[in-house]
Amino acid sequence: MENTEIYTGPEPHIEVHKYYGGVVPVAVVLALVLQAFLPVHLRWANYLELPLLITLYFALSKRNPSSGLLLGMAIGLLQDSLSRTPIGLYGIAKTLVGFLGSSIGARIDVEHPIARFILTIGFYLFHHAIFNLLSHWLLARPSEPYLPISILIASVVNGFLAIGLFSLLDRFRKPS
Amino acid sequence: MIAIPSRHRSLTLLAGVVVAQLLLLAVQIKRERQVRLIRVWAVEMISPLQRIASWAIYGVENGWGGYIGLRRAQKDNDSLHAEMDRLKVRNAELEGRALEADRLAGLLSFRDAHSEVPMLAARVIGGSPDTNSLLVYINRGSRDSIHRDMGVITPDGVVGKILAVYPDASQVLLLGDKESGVGALLADTRTQGPVRGTGEPQLSLDYISNDEKVSVGEAVLTSGQDRIFPKDLPVGTVVEVTPDRKSPFMRIRVKPAAHLDRLEEVMILLTRQDLELKKETGSSADANITPNAAPGNAAKAPAKAQQ
Repeated sequence: MENTEIYTGPEPHIEVHKYYGGVVPVAVVLALVLQAFLPVHLRWANYLELPLLITLYFALSKRNPSSGLLLGMAIGLLQDSLSRTPIGLYGIAKTLVGFLGSSIGARIDVEHPIARFILTIGFYLFHHAIFNLLSHWLLARPSEPYLPISILIASVVNGFLAIGLFSLLDRFRKPS
Repeated sequence: MIAIPSRHRSLTLLAGVVVAQLLLLAVQIKRERQVRLIRVWAVEMISPLQRIASWAIYGVENGWGGYIGLRRAQKDNDSLHAEMDRLKVRNAELEGRALEADRLAGLLSFRDAHSEVPMLAARVIGGSPDTNSLLVYINRGSRDSIHRDMGVITPDGVVGKILAVYPDASQVLLLGDKESGVGALLADTRTQGPVRGTGEPQLSLDYISNDEKVSVGEAVLTSGQDRIFPKDLPVGTVVEVTPDRKSPFMRIRVKPAAHLDRLEEVMILLTRQDLELKKETGSSADANITPNAAPGNAAKAPAKAQQ
């Protein structure tokens, strides 16, 4: 059979960051462990969403929508497994975050701290909206006000945290 | 084979992953009554198709059944109508027989009450084709010893007289005929005068002087002067009294006691023997008339025969 390829034009050069072996899984595990451990001892840790930050960071860095969504799915499913939510709820939300993050990361500069701060706030609110929508639709939970103060505060807190965390994770990149 | 661009590949992968996780959620989540969400989705997806299919099948079945049912209903309807018509006819027949039985019972009772007077029951079998003549035919003739000028009555009153006799039938001239007449008298005053037919439903009492006191409702009886009817048989009731200035006699209209337009069974008086009409209980004849009353004691005869 003849192979026919459709010419889509030259691919733009996108810098894809690579990491040392094991960095991604260790970061994922640490995020999940800390997410489960910290809120027990520190009340303010309830605002944290470490698995989301990890998903977002690697999605923005790898800039590959396929790997971004698969990583988001894996992190989300693990988070569901460790919580009381049905498996797939966080999975779907983080899948979408991973896909969109990778798509955006391929188009704009995401290295600047301010960009990371704003993107983190935006994706935190997006993640929260997706989670609420799925809960309302699938679990028939009553819909909550979309932007309560606590969520806004949490989004800002995670934004600031992302600046430091992303800078820390940058050190584990393989030099290009 | 067409190579799918990478952006479409990733979108396809995204869609596949999201759908897979949705199905995973649907398997886990239970709705009311512990039904898994995936079952709810599957049923909700299939049930509209099932509803459409059953609607279509039901519609065809119903339509066909309705058509067949209508044909059957039409057939049943026709047969029921025919049965109803037949039953109506039968009912009318039975009602007629019941009425006839009542009349015959009345006649029998009348005859039994006057068993000393020979009389013969007869049935009216026909009328006269001539509308100017008030004639009826009865089923008794010369073979039954019927003669001309015999009186014919019913328990209600005088009907007429035998006009012609045949072997098995006779002709009766009704009292309402213009050629008919009977000797009569007023029950209260005992004033005598002939009652003749006018060809109309009402009779005429003639030759009563304007000086006489006649009141509406007064009974008119046979006088016995005509030698056909015994005395004091009910003829009718006065319904109209009009003094006639052009003549010395009053114009008196009499309503016949017998129902001359509804004759079915009659009695033929075989003799001129005076008939003492007796009160019969339970019979259709209501002739409460005291016969042979003294002239000075005009008995009030409530002629109740008329109805």
